[in-house]
Amino acid sequence: MGERVEVRAPMSGVFYRKPAPDQPPYVEVGDRVKKKQVLALLETMKVFQKIKSHVDGKVVEIVAQNESPLKDGDVMFIIETDE
Amino acid sequence: MSKAIQKILVANRGEIALRVIRAVRDLGLKSVAVYSEADQESLHVRCADESLCIGPPASSQSYLNSQAILDAAKKTSADAIHPGYGYLAEDAKFASACQDAGIVFIGPRPETLLLAGDKIQAKRVVSQAGVPVVPSSQDNVKSIEEALDISLKIGFPVVIKAAAGGGGRGIRICSDEKALREEFLIARAESKAAFGDDALYIEKYLVHPRHIEFQVLADRFGKIVHLGERECSIQRRYQKLIEEAPSPIMTPKRRKIMGEAALEAARAVGYFNAGTVEFLVDEGGNFYFMEINARIQVEHPITEMITGVDLVKEQIRLVNGGRLDEGFEDIQLNGWAMECRINAENPDFNFAPSPGVIREYRPPQGPGIRLDTHLYEGYELPIYYDSLIAKLITHDKTREGAIQVMKKALQEFRIAPIKTTIPLYLKIMDDPQFQRGDIHTGYIKKFVPDDDEEED
Repeated sequence: MGERVEVRAPMSGVFYRKPAPDQPPYVEVGDRVKKKQVLALLETMKVFQKIKSHVDGKVVEIVAQNESPLKDGDVMFIIETDE
Repeated sequence: MSKAIQKILVANRGEIALRVIRAVRDLGLKSVAVYSEADQESLHVRCADESLCIGPPASSQSYLNSQAILDAAKKTSADAIHPGYGYLAEDAKFASACQDAGIVFIGPRPETLLLAGDKIQAKRVVSQAGVPVVPSSQDNVKSIEEALDISLKIGFPVVIKAAAGGGGRGIRICSDEKALREEFLIARAESKAAFGDDALYIEKYLVHPRHIEFQVLADRFGKIVHLGERECSIQRRYQKLIEEAPSPIMTPKRRKIMGEAALEAARAVGYFNAGTVEFLVDEGGNFYFMEINARIQVEHPITEMITGVDLVKEQIRLVNGGRLDEGFEDIQLNGWAMECRINAENPDFNFAPSPGVIREYRPPQGPGIRLDTHLYEGYELPIYYDSLIAKLITHDKTREGAIQVMKKALQEFRIAPIKTTIPLYLKIMDDPQFQRGDIHTGYIKKFVPDDDEEED
């Protein structure tokens, strides 16, 4: 079993799971992700930043709701690391 | 003109909404503020005579929602709308919709907004009127051979631009033929990917240009005047940071020539109300028309400081049928004004936004200081809107004086715990190169190295 890693919002902002409204989400629950892979976007004061995975692993939970405002430190994803 | 305006709805937020509401009240008229659900605690809401919520936090559903704003105007019986800058300020459709609804849009005519908004068409029209523009190709350069031909004609360095681009995106600089051959294909692929359109054009690249713009005012009777220039060369990623008026390189003779060109450009698009004609000036002092900003601009206060003209009040007077009489022909420029745009950004960390609650707020005061801001202690900066939190403007007899007052004011200004661009501006005020007025649009790289690339 890998370790469960939380991906938290680095600052407050609006959480987007998709690069654009008409495009599919970056990741779904169950997807395997690589370190540095983009998981979501966070928009703060008109600036978008990419939220990336810090680890290789599997997305086990998407905690944040698409297009919802997050506070600094809110959990966005839970990723289970590879062995 | 029909009867004079009594009540003005301000279709904006933040410092500019406050600025406009104050002008409206100065004129003894009634003001209406509109706000999103995220701006209930915003200062502009408290300062207006009436206020109305127009929708959810996202700008697309509130400040950009023209129907919600028109409905608010009808509900409050406002007879005019001031759009501020950004949002709907240059939206021709919105200006038309106001007209159709019998509400006065405080700004240029819809046709002018349409023309000024089409940068290539505007350049063509202004160029035909005899105003110099940056030498460039027609819109669609199809092959490398064609690109090379044009580049040799206008002279390297050149810049390849996406016709559909904007805000600095899709731009590639080529110093010679080899670079052009490499970059052309990449630029075409990029443009296609970014904008769904691979039309490119080629323009002469100006090395270390200055951004100098002229403030114009036009009445309904065809009279157009200018109120001198502003130098806005200190920019990061095409966003202005520090502006000053007059420009350190301006002479009375050059002002006369450039001012006349600005008026010619404004006439060519049939301008009405307040606007700005932007030029690039190269190292040889040659100037080239860039675009017309058909709105009141963020940096308008520095012109107000040196002319004594309240531009927002003028905008309202002009839509009421006011004339630009002889007094505007020969406006005397008085002293030097400078503006720092204070953003809630961390200049030491790639200008990352810095939202949060303002726990400590102590504004600078004293002679020669003007502060346009919507901040107060306890205010929470919404995450939904841009990071401009204050415009600090100083005025003195000389440029040196204005810099000294600015430095002191920046030192006095306390905004905590959020990060702001104040520390960066303090460094700039101390820089001998800046103090000499030796600036250009790439100047900021001195303080923000390696800032060319989009971070990934």
